[in-house]
Order: sequence, then structure tokens, then C-alpha cells
Amino acid sequence: MRVNSIGTRHYSARRRPAYAAFLVHRLSGLALALFLPIHFWVLGQALRAEAALEGFLRWTDSPMVKAAEWTLVLLLAAHAGGGLRLLALEFLRWRDWQRSLLAIATAFTVLIGLAFALAL
Amino acid sequence: MTQDVRRETWLWFAQRASAAVLAICVIVHLITIIYATRGGLSAAEILARTRGNGAWLVFYIVFVLAVAVHVPIGLRAIATEWLGWTGSARDWVLAAFGVVLIVMGLRATWAVVL
Repeated sequence: MRVNSIGTRHYSARRRPAYAAFLVHRLSGLALALFLPIHFWVLGQALRAEAALEGFLRWTDSPMVKAAEWTLVLLLAAHAGGGLRLLALEFLRWRDWQRSLLAIATAFTVLIGLAFALAL
Repeated sequence: MTQDVRRETWLWFAQRASAAVLAICVIVHLITIIYATRGGLSAAEILARTRGNGAWLVFYIVFVLAVAVHVPIGLRAIATEWLGWTGSARDWVLAAFGVVLIVMGLRATWAVVL
């Protein structure tokens, strides 16, 4: 914590929960950006034949791939939740509600993660 | 307004506008994923739901286009802030990545809807 020239105390941005939210948003976005071409390529397999897509889907039945799938869905939910929080902060001027928005974004991620885990 | 400021403003707007579209698309996509994976995924099930469906065709085209705008601009911020990569080479590479996403995304849409 630092004290500035007018005596008000403020925490370093890197120590705030908002920095954690920023990191989660950025890293989940990066992971999703790298995953997208693979996702499109797999769906494109249906152009060759339904069997090609089915073959790939059977490969995804293995527990390791299921865990990776779950992680990706969680990352997508986290990025969407964090993105909605940012849009609300920038356009709705809900700065006082920042903590609430963080909680809502986290709850959205957990909810989607649990729902997908139950559906697997 | 200089050309740089105008470009940054336009990119900021495009990032937020595409994010607003993606917010809706991703929520629909997540609900579909959870619904579709109950009891396991099969190619026949996926294609039965999507093939010949005009609503899914429009939805996925909008989804792909919004992704192709949103992703390169997000990667541009990462390239600039974390890698210190600036300049026109960065922008050309990321624009090319956007084009790759459009081509691959529309190909995937074509494969599962048409």
C-alpha cells in the first residue's frame, strides 16, 4: 500500500482482485484464441464425411480429453463473464459495484463449469 | 485527430461491439454445449440438429465474423503490452490471423449446417 501526495491511501493495482480478473480474462482469451483454429478444423471434418467427425468425437471420450474439454468450457465461461463485467464497467458506470460484478462473473463461470461437468 | 488515434478509437469500438455480439453468441453456445453433451456427443446428433437449419446458419456466420474481429484485436493488445511488439508487421500478421479464422470458421459452418 502506498500513500500519495494528498494523503489518500491506495493499493497497487497488481494487488487488487481486479488485477486477478484482468489476468484471468487475458489468459483465458489467449487460450481460446489458440484453440479456435483447432475447433474449426475439427468441425470442418464433417465436410469430408460424418464418419470423420464421429471418429474424432470418439477420441474425445478419453478422460484426459474430457478434462481438457471441461477446462475449455470453463475458460469460455470465465472469458464471457469477465467480458460482461468489463462492458458493464465501461458503459454502465457501475464502478461502485465492481466487487459485485466480480462475484457475478465468478458465479457465472462456476455455474457453467458445474452444469457442463454434470452433463459430461 | 491523427490517423493513429482514429485507428485506436476504431479498434476500441470494434472490440466492444464484437464483445457485445459475442456475449449473446457465447451464452447460446454454452447452453447448446451443455444440452448437446448430455448422454454423450455423436456426429449424427450434432448434424441432425444443425443440417439445413437456416437459423443456425445465420447464428454461426454472425458468431464467426464477431470472433474474427474480436480475437485479433485482443491478441494485438497482448502482443503490444506483453511482447512489446508494435508496428505494421504486427497488424498484418493479426489481420491475416483474422482472415484465417473467417475462412476456417465459415468452412466449419458450411460443414455442419449445409
